[in-house]
Amino acid sequence: MTKDSPTSIIKQAPMQIVKKYGIVIVLILMIVGLSIAEPAFLSSTNVFNVLTQSAIFGIMALGLTFVIISKGIDLSVGSVLAFSGVIAASLGQTMATTGKFFPHLAELPVIVPIMAALAVGAGCGAVSGFLVAKTRIPAFIATLGMMTVARGLALIYSGGKPVSTLIPSLTALGGKLFNVIPVPVIIYFVMIVISSVLLNKTRFGKNVYAIGANITAAEVSGVNVKKNLVLIYTYSGLLAGLAAIVFAGRVGSVHPGAASGYELTAIAATTIGGTSHSGGIGTIWGAFVGALVLSVMRNGLTLLGVDAYWQQVVEGLIIVMAVIIDMRKNAKRD
Amino acid sequence: MADEKYLLEMKNIVKTFPGVQALKGVELKVRPGEIHALMGENGAGKSTLMKCIAGIYRATEGEIVFDGKILGHYSTADALRMGISMIHQELSPVLHRPIMENIWLGREPTNALGLVNHRKMYEMSKAVLKEIELDEDPRTLMASLTVAKMQMIEIAKAISYNSKLIIMDEPTSALTDKEVKQLYSIMRKLKAQGKSIIYISHKLEEIFEITDRVTVYRDGCFIGVEETKDLKVDRLINMMVGRDVKELFPKVACPIGEVKLEVSGLSHARCFRDVSFTVRRGEILGIAGLVGAGRTEVVEAIFGMRRCVGGEIRVDGKKVAIRTPRDAIGMGMAWLTEDRRQSGIFPMLSVQINMAIATLPKFLNRLGLIKDSLMNGSCDEYVRKIRVKTPSLSQRVENLSGGNQQKVLVARWLMTGPEILFLDEPTRGIDVGTKAEIHRLITALAGEGKSIVMISSELPEVMGMSDRIMVMHQGKVTGILENSADLSQEELMAYATDTAGEYLKSRGKK
Repeated sequence: MTKDSPTSIIKQAPMQIVKKYGIVIVLILMIVGLSIAEPAFLSSTNVFNVLTQSAIFGIMALGLTFVIISKGIDLSVGSVLAFSGVIAASLGQTMATTGKFFPHLAELPVIVPIMAALAVGAGCGAVSGFLVAKTRIPAFIATLGMMTVARGLALIYSGGKPVSTLIPSLTALGGKLFNVIPVPVIIYFVMIVISSVLLNKTRFGKNVYAIGANITAAEVSGVNVKKNLVLIYTYSGLLAGLAAIVFAGRVGSVHPGAASGYELTAIAATTIGGTSHSGGIGTIWGAFVGALVLSVMRNGLTLLGVDAYWQQVVEGLIIVMAVIIDMRKNAKRD
Repeated sequence: MADEKYLLEMKNIVKTFPGVQALKGVELKVRPGEIHALMGENGAGKSTLMKCIAGIYRATEGEIVFDGKILGHYSTADALRMGISMIHQELSPVLHRPIMENIWLGREPTNALGLVNHRKMYEMSKAVLKEIELDEDPRTLMASLTVAKMQMIEIAKAISYNSKLIIMDEPTSALTDKEVKQLYSIMRKLKAQGKSIIYISHKLEEIFEITDRVTVYRDGCFIGVEETKDLKVDRLINMMVGRDVKELFPKVACPIGEVKLEVSGLSHARCFRDVSFTVRRGEILGIAGLVGAGRTEVVEAIFGMRRCVGGEIRVDGKKVAIRTPRDAIGMGMAWLTEDRRQSGIFPMLSVQINMAIATLPKFLNRLGLIKDSLMNGSCDEYVRKIRVKTPSLSQRVENLSGGNQQKVLVARWLMTGPEILFLDEPTRGIDVGTKAEIHRLITALAGEGKSIVMISSELPEVMGMSDRIMVMHQGKVTGILENSADLSQEELMAYATDTAGEYLKSRGKK
């Protein structure tokens, strides 16, 4: 009676295989198609390029995976990136900078701006989480508020100006290790592993699924729903803070208006990867694949010389299509 | 009588749900201009039958003749057009829109441009409200009305459809005595106009006051139809509970120990007041009562899901404070909830996580990570022990049958090693075979010295399984009875309807 015996997979109609592995097949087709059309696509430089491009919103998508599995949403991650980014940058400027943010501050070890970004990010997330857990206002509203507040705070803190000329140890985080592997990709992969362990191997992860699948049942079963909600949004904020560090390293400065709209790209990546907005369903692997689909598409369309405006149209269509495929996959087989 | 005219004739209606036959060939005949009561215990099939009439369900088999026409497959909208309205137990008004928009929802009068003609809607609403003697401005927001008034609006809506048949499913459960009187007067008026009303209620006194005839169902079967004026209370109760199946639930006697749980004077602002009972080790306390008696609410309160205004709870003689279900679980309590889908299962998650969610700390290694082998081992053990039929632990629980889902939930709680188990309708909606297995399991648990509190709306189940039975009626405990051999279902039902005094008098008991 098992539904997934090996023979039954072979017997399954092609359409069902597409349904089951939908987005991975889409990704493979994209990669194959692009590498035929443009052999440069598969060069190691370009592959790392694609991964680096997906690292920043990919890291945020990891946090959003937790949030969306719990049937929530976090719209604030882009603004939180900017806010924690300007703070980190202000603590990581070189001595020679003119118009230095803290003129009398000695050059600090790189750990200081890193910890500051993580702390500010986690703090913002904790506030959102607290709002969701205690006041029971919809996550959409709580994080919309946090999105606006964090952006405002970033502008206030920086006086509306970018914070630049960062210390080399900070910009090194946007560079390459041994001149080959981009550091953002290393950070991204480490966070994929950590997030995956967190989601699959800890009590916290299991509770995230349970809360998203049936919040009442979770509470009745003794899950501390409020505490876990706070933790979920804190983790999302923490990853936004980490993304801020990668951003600062790569760009070499942080503008208070930075990363505007990144939250939507991250949500799109998570969604394309099969995480369900109805809660209870989703994987870290999916978020990674989803982020990859978006960045392969952007990279490929650029290589093919497709107009940047048209790229947006294609991106929108892919998001909607991915969700349609995914809903079919999850539809109950009657 | 042979060529008697009926407005509605339903013959041999069968309704099958996956795994359950809810209606097993029942009939219902409603005359024009009568108030016809449907009676039966919870789960007798009344609501299912009504949903078949109203077009919400489609009968699997059988014939429905309405107003002289044989009906095929039809929707709720078709039913309304033909003149069948249903006023549901749970109202679903559009709260933040005015009365008139609620009445004409979906068929708003329009002007030549296709825009809503508010003037006309207002006039039409006024006319309908006048008909039911409800003095409200049609522009008043629904949200500002009392539940009783909302119910009146529903009736107004039914009238506005010019319905020939109005189905009322427990309309008085939220009404005060005065409002009930008002409802009766409207019902009599409708009857005088030749409209028929199907009336579902658990309150016997209402049946005798307002209805003309009564049809009784039990376990999805048609039991009989009687003229109300020829009917006696104990005859009606007998028709409702009927069978004597006490033997089907073999309660194995086991030693009963000291008091484990003691609840005294527990009161809630709305749902129940002054509830006191004790449960001993090895004892099964049944809680009987009709829907809305406050039984589930009491358990919710004990388990920390509802704030109480008074009373105390003692476990092993020590007073305890339970603020969340976590506190309760920490004290060795377990709670199999009434509504499996709403507060039990995590539908899209695996059988494994559904079982292990309440016991995750037991499966952590030194790093705080879940040790899958440990968790799987424990889940496997319970899958075997209580025979959960699932292809694998990774199967989504929503793909299992209702009975197996219930077993998964039972396993979830057994894994916590509970001392006190609250089982709320533990066998509702599951097949007979699994039902018997769960009954055996409950008895076995009592045999291990666990204390069990079992809520059940099925009298045979309560009487077959319990050592003692607490009966509730409208938030009050009307009696705690020893489950002796001479306790009858009729007597229990009398307590559940708060007519025990009359019943005992008529039987010449104390």
